[in-house]
Amino acid sequence: MSTAIKETQKMIEEVLDAYPEKAKKDRAKHLAANDPTGQCSTCQVKSNIKSRPGVMTVRGCAYAGAKGVVWGPVKDQITISHGPVGCGQYSWWSRRNYYNGQTGIDTFGTMHITTDFQEKDIVYGGDKNLDAALHELKGLFPLAKSMGILSECPVGLIGDDIEAVSKKAEKEFAMPIVPVRCEGFRGVSQSLGHHIANDTIRDHILGKGLLEKSTPYDVALIGDYNIGGDAWASRKMLEELGLRVIAQWTGDASINEMGIAHKAKVNLVHCYRSMNYICRHMEEQYGIPWTEFNFFGPTKIYQSLRKIASYFDDSIKEKAEKMIEKYKPAMDAVIEEFKPGLEGKRVMLYVGGLRPRHTIGAYEDLGMEVVASGYEFGHSDDYKRTYPEMKEGAVIMDDATLYELEEFTRRLSPDMVGSGIKEKYSYHKLGVPFRQMHSWDYSGPYHGFDGFPVFARDMDMTVNSPTWGLIRRKK
Amino acid sequence: MRQIAIYGKGGIGKSTTTQNLVAALAEAGRKCMIIGCDPKADSTRLILNRKAQNTVMDMAREKGTVEDLELEEVLLHGFKGIKCAESGGPEPGVGCAGRGVITAINFLEENGAYGEDTEFVFYDVLGDVVCGGFAMPIREGKAKEIYIVTSGEMMAMYAANNISRGVLKYAQSGGVRLGGLICNSRKTDKEFELISELAAKLGTQMIHFVPRDNEVQRAELRRKTVIDYAPNHPQADEYRELARKIADNKNFVIPTPITMDELERLLMDYGIMESEEAAV
Repeated sequence: MSTAIKETQKMIEEVLDAYPEKAKKDRAKHLAANDPTGQCSTCQVKSNIKSRPGVMTVRGCAYAGAKGVVWGPVKDQITISHGPVGCGQYSWWSRRNYYNGQTGIDTFGTMHITTDFQEKDIVYGGDKNLDAALHELKGLFPLAKSMGILSECPVGLIGDDIEAVSKKAEKEFAMPIVPVRCEGFRGVSQSLGHHIANDTIRDHILGKGLLEKSTPYDVALIGDYNIGGDAWASRKMLEELGLRVIAQWTGDASINEMGIAHKAKVNLVHCYRSMNYICRHMEEQYGIPWTEFNFFGPTKIYQSLRKIASYFDDSIKEKAEKMIEKYKPAMDAVIEEFKPGLEGKRVMLYVGGLRPRHTIGAYEDLGMEVVASGYEFGHSDDYKRTYPEMKEGAVIMDDATLYELEEFTRRLSPDMVGSGIKEKYSYHKLGVPFRQMHSWDYSGPYHGFDGFPVFARDMDMTVNSPTWGLIRRKK
Repeated sequence: MRQIAIYGKGGIGKSTTTQNLVAALAEAGRKCMIIGCDPKADSTRLILNRKAQNTVMDMAREKGTVEDLELEEVLLHGFKGIKCAESGGPEPGVGCAGRGVITAINFLEENGAYGEDTEFVFYDVLGDVVCGGFAMPIREGKAKEIYIVTSGEMMAMYAANNISRGVLKYAQSGGVRLGGLICNSRKTDKEFELISELAAKLGTQMIHFVPRDNEVQRAELRRKTVIDYAPNHPQADEYRELARKIADNKNFVIPTPITMDELERLLMDYGIMESEEAAV
């Protein structure tokens, strides 16, 4: 075992010392010093298990995964938060999934609908209320292509039969009505919500869309939620590569796109965690291969373009090389501009789905080093993909607690931290430069050739803002 | 695959009747499965010859989450290869037993517990359809037939009528139908006639009249069905008859529940209850 790993392990132990015995033993399994080779058995973290009661976990719930991540961005579906008002209210447009369309006419992304459960709905059941809501919505928004019923906790507890209500309305309206059993208490994190949502896409939408003609270059862009325009940046590149993007899942997606992805020649997967399920299904059912790619930062972009092109003929492979040649000067210029201010800066990440590993290359392109990274809801396959991306002895965290995040920040003293809205303000109070890496802090896109200049500028702005000089950083 | 739910008043003999009739079906070579939907988890005791098997909810509690559960841990095989699973759930007065039933049935379905060759799945459901959870077995895509176990006692008939109301709700929104009443005799007066009449009022049939016999009790004490314990006893033939009738049943209806007044009138008509004038 190297000294770097030993030193990190010692630091982790010190952080854990504050916990009572049982909590310490439990949390120890979720924190590790990285071994990129995967040889060191104590360097693997446990994941996707129940959070320890009493600690401040920053995880979400199944509803958050199903509604906030997967179904929410589908623009011509009306997504109903079925249950008391809070879940819908607090998840209102928090993910910045951009879309084209006229909101309230043919698209509904920024509109949130709730059935607003009251005491009587709990006692007498909420099916009638739901049925009435569906009819009201159908009348108000005749151009909606589908409605999704996203169950909040109480619906699952009282056992309302939302499937029956959906089926009836589906017949009546002649459009898909998708009941999604994503009650928040199901599973250990938002991860199960992704899976449940994938299953409902499979059962209600996939295979039912209309694609007039196919080409040998049809692909589906899977697991890009168009945060700040990410999917548009990616789509542009895939089109320049000579491919035809027949579906974007689910950023700026239409229900029809959701129904035709099975006609793609390859499924291109950006966020593996939230959409690997449906890709595996399409592989088994329709024989469609899928491949993961990474459009953060030029190094990974070049690799990914070549990897994607390898699924197609030489004309596409040539285009990939041409694209790299064409955009390299611009990317080099970005690096030249921002690297001097960012070189050697150390980053700590704690995010979700794909960013804890996918953004590492982009930081490294700018000369920065990711010294700690972790997932709220990753599984072991996510961590296996992460170990090789990080340096030996870097901190790997699973389902980290706010205490651990703060302690690691104190000890590692990173130049910036990238995490979510729940962490943001406590980091501001600590005087640590912070960037929201779920929603890009009102910025974006970060994907692709369009995204990297924005990413570089934002990181520079974060790390080198003179504001931080006005706050005393807590030690 | 036919999915069948058995309802009835608490203590009426749902579990005993279900297990005996399923044992008879299995004896005749049919592939069956019983899913106990009752926190008491005693729906499969006579088939497995023991109680307290690992219920879905107990195992989920132990593991922390139902997603970590393996099917083999909760799906057991008993008499003549009958597949058995129990939802389990909380002790009385705490938590939400209904949610336990929902979780358990979803788990069994998602993990392919029913298999491809199963011909009959029986849901043995606790007491009344008290909340959405206990209606889970009769939801869309699940049990299409319901049998209600009752006797000539007024409260058992009252419960049967109430359950019909629950069935009515789900029959209107889905495809579930009432297949008949099973009279589990308590040797009350004019029981056969009374339950036949109640069945007619509900728009259904009394599919079988199971006479009372202590052999059932003796078998139960040995954790066995009569089919298993005393296959040559006449009571075993009664259950075989019930099993045959259910297997051949074609009479499925949307029930027509009656009012409390009508139910009382029925009892008066059969002279079981005195009319108010006579009582004065």
